[in-house]
Amino acid sequence: MANKNDVLVRFTDVQKSYDGETLVVKNLNIDISRGEFLTLLGPSGSGKTTTLMMLAGFETPTHGDVELSGRRLNNVPPHKRDIGMVFQNYALFPHMTVYENLAFPLQVRKKSKSETEERVKRALDMVQLGSFGNRRPAQLSGGQQQRVALARALVFEPTLVLMDEPLGALDKQLREHMQLEIKHLHEQLGITVVYVTHDQSEALTMSDRIAVFNDGVIQQLATPSDLYERPENAFVAQFIGENNKLSGKVSRLNGANACTVTLDSGGEVEALPVNVGGEGSATTLSLRPERVLIDPPEGTLPNIFDAKVEELIYLGDHIRTRCSVAGSDDFVVKVPNAQGHSRLQEGSQVKLGWAVEDCRALDP
Amino acid sequence: MAQATVDELQGLTTADGTPLRQALHRAERRAKVRAFLLVAPLLVFLTVTFIYPIAQMLFRSVHDATIVELLPRTAEAFPAWEDRTQLPPESVFAAFAADLKETRENRTIGQVATRVNFEEGGLRSTFTRTARHIDDVEDPPSWRDWLIEDNADWGKLDTWAVLERLSHPINALQYLAAVDLEYNTQGEVVAVPPERQIYVPIFVRTLWMSLLVTGMTLLLGYPIAYFLATLPLRTSNLLMIMVLLPFWTSLLVRTTSWIVILGTEGVLNDILVWAGILSDEGRIQLIYNQTGTVIAMTQILLPFMVLPLYSVMKTISPSYMRAAMSLGAPRFLAFWRVYAPNTLPGVGAGALLVFILSIGYYITPALVGGRTGQMISNFIAFHMQSSLNWGLAAALGGILLAGVLILYALYNRLVGVEKLSLG
Ligand SMILES: Nc1ncnc2c1ncn2[C@@H]1O[C@H](COP(=O)(O)OP(=O)(O)O)[C@@H](O)[C@H]1O
Ligand SMILES: [Mg+2]
Repeated sequence: MANKNDVLVRFTDVQKSYDGETLVVKNLNIDISRGEFLTLLGPSGSGKTTTLMMLAGFETPTHGDVELSGRRLNNVPPHKRDIGMVFQNYALFPHMTVYENLAFPLQVRKKSKSETEERVKRALDMVQLGSFGNRRPAQLSGGQQQRVALARALVFEPTLVLMDEPLGALDKQLREHMQLEIKHLHEQLGITVVYVTHDQSEALTMSDRIAVFNDGVIQQLATPSDLYERPENAFVAQFIGENNKLSGKVSRLNGANACTVTLDSGGEVEALPVNVGGEGSATTLSLRPERVLIDPPEGTLPNIFDAKVEELIYLGDHIRTRCSVAGSDDFVVKVPNAQGHSRLQEGSQVKLGWAVEDCRALDP
Repeated sequence: MAQATVDELQGLTTADGTPLRQALHRAERRAKVRAFLLVAPLLVFLTVTFIYPIAQMLFRSVHDATIVELLPRTAEAFPAWEDRTQLPPESVFAAFAADLKETRENRTIGQVATRVNFEEGGLRSTFTRTARHIDDVEDPPSWRDWLIEDNADWGKLDTWAVLERLSHPINALQYLAAVDLEYNTQGEVVAVPPERQIYVPIFVRTLWMSLLVTGMTLLLGYPIAYFLATLPLRTSNLLMIMVLLPFWTSLLVRTTSWIVILGTEGVLNDILVWAGILSDEGRIQLIYNQTGTVIAMTQILLPFMVLPLYSVMKTISPSYMRAAMSLGAPRFLAFWRVYAPNTLPGVGAGALLVFILSIGYYITPALVGGRTGQMISNFIAFHMQSSLNWGLAAALGGILLAGVLILYALYNRLVGVEKLSLG
């Protein structure tokens, strides 16, 4: 998606090891375009913070290059990188007022007093904290501290802003509110943001693109909808959204868009080959719960299986239905609570069906 | 709402009808009694070993009944002495003569002479000699003439003024002496002549040396504490052991080892001579003076600076420094504007602790202080042990105590004691 001139940040073959024995980041290659909102998503310990710290300059890559606006960063100290950063615990300076916190980056840049005043005021207004300049960070609520940290990272108009789980300490409601607020700021200001989170719904809400990390490797780098609808491997399918897994072996490849998979439990499934070896190789089938139909009309779908309803959980907008089918007893189907839908009974026999393209054959 | 108001008017009660307040009080009393019993031994211990001796010392510094008890008639007669420009009336002389005879019989003349001598050097012999002579005399026509004839000192206003001042059991004479002040013949408070001023210079020197020690421990301790707080655990543990090691060695051993290092024939001088920096005749005197005392005290008191600093630095998140740098501040500026201000409670606590310990320090100046490195505690000890002028020792101690309390109050006012962090 990025034209070469638009690349703001480029990681080339970056590796990082802290102890000389294990690689925390293994061979990282990413291009981040100007104006993009890129999220690093992954379980804790997968190397997201390390990647961010290498970009900010607090860790040096063991191997490879990091470039910012075409300039190699390896020997540029953190304070010369002009990168704004929001820390997980906000790192607001406790001995300074909110105003002084925001003025700090401008003062070290030797801006005039009037300019500093004006910019701080603008930044505080931007996060709706205009009247809080004289407070100390300790006198603010968690959400307000978060906004101050955000304003401080933006007040010196950096080319790039890094955020390391900035909303991790907030409660759910405030977190969702701040997600939108940050997203709007990003759109208004046209800044480039690299955002770290382990919360997939946060990543889906905010990002232009998401890099899914696991074990120091980017598993997939794609837009939120691609990531959800077209996961390229079993880890991504499992990590993003809800997912049903069926394991088996590829018995026949029928061109590029279809294959037949023999399940470990015996049945045969028509699936989309995404990430499989040749015929005979093991595979995991991935199916989104909302793409499975209950009692589909005869003959409309290639995959139809007998199933038994094990459990029904009423969730208002939909009913989560756990079935046992094709050797799995943890197969979830979401039945929308639409007008006129049929009521299911626990223990009743049903048929489940799905389309070929909704059933992705991935790595085992 | 309305219900609560009615209940309040009637007084809340528990289920069995006892008033709530009373029930709560009863329930809490057991816990309070138990808590008190648990701290009672400590309270008794502190009272016996700390509060009582200090009160006793402060009392002794202003109370002195030697003269009132041993020369009771003279003390009673003094109010008759109205015109202070003249010698006292005959009644005072007569009362004094009677008292003097009695002290001779009771063998208490020595105590009287010693006490008077602390006030005015040289009066001891006047008292003892006259006491020896007075035995044989029976009712002369005028005691006044007899006494003045016996010793010219009895004709001096000063002698009687001193005796009069000492005849008040509660007086500030020791405090005056402790700050180099005295009464002149006219009864006015004046500074003692410069050549006899001892204690004010010693107080000034004590303050100066304590400040120096505090400054040096801060200078040395700050980086140590910083490394302790920021280095990886294994390295910092080793460093911590090295900081604490002095605590496990006897104070005496540590002090005397400085003699080995700093003496004129000591290790340091030997090295300097060997390296050609000093000539053999030019060996420098590093011990038995202020330099030696300050060096040794700095080493001994260093942990008291490092530990409070460390405990504060440990709580400062490394992300502050990172945030400051990401905002554009070079490392040193980030340290100065962001890290250092957050260590101030530790600096305050460490400095206060070291300073307070320094101004009362005794053993090191006594061992390596020589003449110029003596501090106020050494003089207090001298008056306690050698000159036996306990009143003056108590007054010097009282001033020291007041100084510490003022300092503490000042710190509380400026920084707030609740911010004091001792780890
Ligand atoms: N300063 C460090 N020294 C040694 N190991 C570290 C350090 N920081 C992180 N690690 C290790 O690197 C791995 C990745 O950590 P991190 O980048 O913080 O992951 P994430 O932010 O995705 O949770 C973890 O196993 C962690 O233990
Ligand atoms: Mg992290």
